Amino acid sequence: MDATSAEIEIEVDGRVVRAPADATVAAVLLSLGVGAFRRSVRGEARLPLCGMGTCQECRVTIDGVAHRRACLTPVRAGMRVSTDG
Amino acid sequence: MARPDAIVVGGGIIGAACAYELGRAGMKVLVLDAACVGGGTTAAGMGHVVVMDDSEAQFALSAYSTRLWHELEAELPRAAEVDRCGTLWVAEDDEQLEALHAKHAYYTSRGVEAEVVDGAEVARLEPNLRAPLAGGLRVPGDRVVYPPFVARWLVDRARDLGATVREGCAAERLEDRAVVVAGGDRLEADVVINAAGAAAARLIPDLPIVPRKGHLAITARYPGFCRHQLVELGYLKSAHTMTSESVAFNVQPRATGQLLIGSSRELVGWDASLNRSILRRMLQRAIDFMPALARLTVIRTWVGFRPATPDKLPLIGRWPALEGVWVAAGHEGLGITTSLGTARLLADQILGREPAIDPAPFWPDRVFAAHE
Amino acid sequence: MDEGRRTVMTAPVAAAPSTADACAGATPSAAGRVLRAEIAVVGAGPAGIAAASRAAEAGRDVVVLDASPRPGGQIWRHRRREELPAQARAWLERFDRSGARLIAGAQVVDAWRAAEFRLLAEVDGERLEVAADRVILATGARELFLPFPGWTLPNVFGVGGAQALVKSGASFAGKRVVVAGSGPLLLAVGATLASRGARVVVVAEQAGRGALARFGVALLGSPGRILQAARLRSQLGGARYAVGCWVTRADGDGVVREVTLTDGRRSWTEPCDVLCTGYGLVPNTELAEMLGCVVDGGRVRVDEWQRTSVAGVYCAGEPTGIAGVDAALAEGEIAGLHAAGKIVPAGDVRRLFAIRRREHRVARAMERAFAPRAELRDLPRDDTILCRCEDVTRGMVDPAWSFRQAKLYTRIGMGPCQARVCGPACEFLFGWRGQTTRAPTVPAAVGTIAGGPEDTAGVA
Repeated sequence: MDATSAEIEIEVDGRVVRAPADATVAAVLLSLGVGAFRRSVRGEARLPLCGMGTCQECRVTIDGVAHRRACLTPVRAGMRVSTDG
Repeated sequence: MARPDAIVVGGGIIGAACAYELGRAGMKVLVLDAACVGGGTTAAGMGHVVVMDDSEAQFALSAYSTRLWHELEAELPRAAEVDRCGTLWVAEDDEQLEALHAKHAYYTSRGVEAEVVDGAEVARLEPNLRAPLAGGLRVPGDRVVYPPFVARWLVDRARDLGATVREGCAAERLEDRAVVVAGGDRLEADVVINAAGAAAARLIPDLPIVPRKGHLAITARYPGFCRHQLVELGYLKSAHTMTSESVAFNVQPRATGQLLIGSSRELVGWDASLNRSILRRMLQRAIDFMPALARLTVIRTWVGFRPATPDKLPLIGRWPALEGVWVAAGHEGLGITTSLGTARLLADQILGREPAIDPAPFWPDRVFAAHE
Repeated sequence: MDEGRRTVMTAPVAAAPSTADACAGATPSAAGRVLRAEIAVVGAGPAGIAAASRAAEAGRDVVVLDASPRPGGQIWRHRRREELPAQARAWLERFDRSGARLIAGAQVVDAWRAAEFRLLAEVDGERLEVAADRVILATGARELFLPFPGWTLPNVFGVGGAQALVKSGASFAGKRVVVAGSGPLLLAVGATLASRGARVVVVAEQAGRGALARFGVALLGSPGRILQAARLRSQLGGARYAVGCWVTRADGDGVVREVTLTDGRRSWTEPCDVLCTGYGLVPNTELAEMLGCVVDGGRVRVDEWQRTSVAGVYCAGEPTGIAGVDAALAEGEIAGLHAAGKIVPAGDVRRLFAIRRREHRVARAMERAFAPRAELRDLPRDDTILCRCEDVTRGMVDPAWSFRQAKLYTRIGMGPCQARVCGPACEFLFGWRGQTTRAPTVPAAVGTIAGGPEDTAGVA
C-alpha cells in the first residue's frame, strides 16, 4: 500500500490495522496477506477473483453483517472486518 | 420397448414414487415427463415432510406417508439432504396457543408425537424468533428433504427394477389404456397413471385441479440461524382457505445452511411472473417473526405452482371415465409429504391389496358425486 | 368420456391478477426512500457518464446509480483523478458539472415497469427505490473465466480483476506475475502491473499468430489502437509476450506457486506468486432482461438511437456488444441525447455514429481473433471446480444435461454469483444456455427487498 494517502484505523480479525482512507476492504486485506477471505463449501481458502463485485469470492463479514463484498466496500474508520483466513 | 405394464405420466415426486412402488410389485413401468424428472413443482417447493390436520383424511394420509419417509430415510444418500429437524408451529397470542393445544391433542391421540412448549422454550429453541411468542408446538417426526434429488433417486430405483424413463416427452391426452404423446405416438398399457401435478387437468379436463401460485426466497448460507422448520399457525388458514391471495410465515433451514423463506398463495392461472407486492408482504411477515432475517442476503426468488383442488384433498385412485386410467394428483402443498403414501395407496388399489388407510376420501370419482 | 356425468366439484376460480403491483410504492414511504427522476442511468462507467452528462446538460433531471464507491466503471477505476488519462478526467469533470445526481455504492437489484419505471437498489444496506420516466442501462461487462486445475487457488486473479484490485489500493510490487488468457486486456494489465512494480514474467495470449495477424489488418482501421498496443508492449518491462500459449494448470499449496503453460506442442512451468487469468468480456444484461428487453446472443438489442425493444429503456456500452471505451462513450452520448428528447445537431450525430460504427467493426474483428480456442475445453479434470460458489466439479456434471437439470441435480449456478462466473464458462464448455434472470439480480438483504409496510400500501 502506498503511504501517500491519509490513513485510518480499522479492525481485521481482531487486530487494529492502518489503512489508506481511500482503499477498498479487499485491497487492505490483500496487503495484509490474509490467507482466505472466505472458505468455500469444501473448506478451500478463497481470495477475490473478479475485483468488481461479480464473483462473490471476496465476501467477508463487516460490522457484523455477513456476505459483504470486500472489493466494492470502501474502508471506514472503526470498521470491523472478519475473514475466514 | 415392449408394452409396459404401467405408464406413469409425470416424473415429479408423485410419479417417481408411483414408478418405484409399482416396480417393487414387479410391474414394468414407463415414466414420461415433459421436461426432466423432478423439474416441475417438485423442484419449486420447500421439501417439507409435515403432518397436517385440516381434515381426518388429510391427517391420515400425511401421517401415514411421514411414517413411510421414516422407513425410507436410512436408504437415502446424503444428497437427499434429509434433515430430522422437525417442525415448530408458533402461536402469537393466547387464542392461537389454545389452537396449538387442540392440535397437540389431535396429533397425540392419533399416534403422532408432538409437544407443546411455552414462549420461553420457543425462544430457547429458536433464538432468532421474536420474543415473546405465546408458545409453540414441536413435531419432531417432520422432516426436510431435497425433492429434486429424491425424485431422481426414486426413478433410478425404479430403473433398477426395469422401468424406462422418457424425458422431454409431453403427453397430450389420455385414452382407454393409452397415452397419446406430442408427435402423435400412442403408448398403450393396462395401467395409465396421471401424475402430472398442476398440469393434470390438461390430460383430463374434468379434474378440478388448478395451479395455486407460490413464491419462495432463498438466502446465502447462515448455518445455525434456525434449527426447525418454522410455521405460523396462520399458515393453516392460508393453505386451507381458497381466498384469492394470502401469505403466511414459513422458514426452513436447508442442509447448506441457507434459509428458505415462504409462503404465499394466489390463484392467477399460470402467470409465472414475480408478484412484487406479494413477495414483499411475504418477506415482511417473515421479518415480523424473525427480525434478524432483515439483514440476511437473499440470493434468489422464484415462483411455483401447487396443484390445488377445491376440497384440499388429492385425487388418488381409478378414473371412472377411462378404462385403465388412474389419477395421483392434486396434492397442493403436501406433495412431498404425501408422495410415498400416495404411491403405496395407489399401488394397493391397482394390485388389489388391502390399503393401510381408507382410500375413499381420495377417490377421483367424488368429482361426479351427486349433490346432497 | 361419459357425457351423462357432469362434474359437481368445480375448480376454484382464478382471480384477476393483482393490480397492487402498479400501485405499490406510488407514494413515498418513510421506511424506504423513493427517489424521482426523469431519467435513471444505471452504471457510472464511460457509457453511463456520457449518457448522464448529455441528458443533464439538456436540462433533464438525471439520477445515476453505480455500485462502486467512485464513478468510472472498470476502465476508469481510480482512487485519485490524477491517476487517470486526460480523456477520463475530462469526462468526469464534465459529469460533475452536468447536474446529474450520482448515488455511489448503489447496487441495483431489480427493475420493473409500474406507472413509470422502477429500480430497486441497495445503498449501505438500505432500500432505495427510484422512479423514472426513462432508463438508460450502462451496466458494462464482466470477465469470462474459464476453469482449469488450480484456478481457484488464492492469488489467481482475473486480468481485469487484478487491475481493479490494484486500482483500489492493492499492490503486486515485487511479485512474480504471469498474465494469461485472451484479449488486449492482457497487455494493458501487464503494463499497468509492471509500471507499479510487479515482475511480469510472461503475458501468454492463447490466440495464435495467424489469428492475431488477421486482427492486425483489421486494426489498420483504428490507428489509435495500434499505437496503444505498441506502447503497451514496450511497457511490459522484461516480460515475454507469448502468443499461441495458454495455462493448463496452476499449482501450489494454499496459494499459487507455479503455472504450467503450453503452446500445443511442448509444456513448461513458470514459478509465480500471482496468476492473472481472463478470456475476454461478457455483457451484463440482467437488468435489461428484467425489464423485458430483447437480448440476442448475449447482447441487448438496440436501434441506432440505443433504444431497446422496450419503449423508454435505452442501453449503451458493453451490454450492446463488447466494443471498448470509445464506443461506450459514443453510445452513451447518443442514448443521453435521445432520452433527453433533445434535437441533436447533424454533425454530432454523424460523428458519434461514425465512432460507433468503426469501433464495433474493430470489435468484431477482435472477437474473431481472440476467440478462446477449442483446446481450452479440455482443461478441466474431474476434480476441477466449475462452480466456485457451490464447489461443483467437472466430474459431478453430465454435459448431456441442460443447465437447468445440472442446477437441480448438483446446485451448479445456484450460489450468490447467480451463475455469472460458471454460466459463461459452461456455455463455452458444454454449449449450455438459457438462464432465467430473476430478482434480485444481485444478492440483496431480505429487508431491502421487503421494504416497509408503507411500500405495499393498497394491497388487500
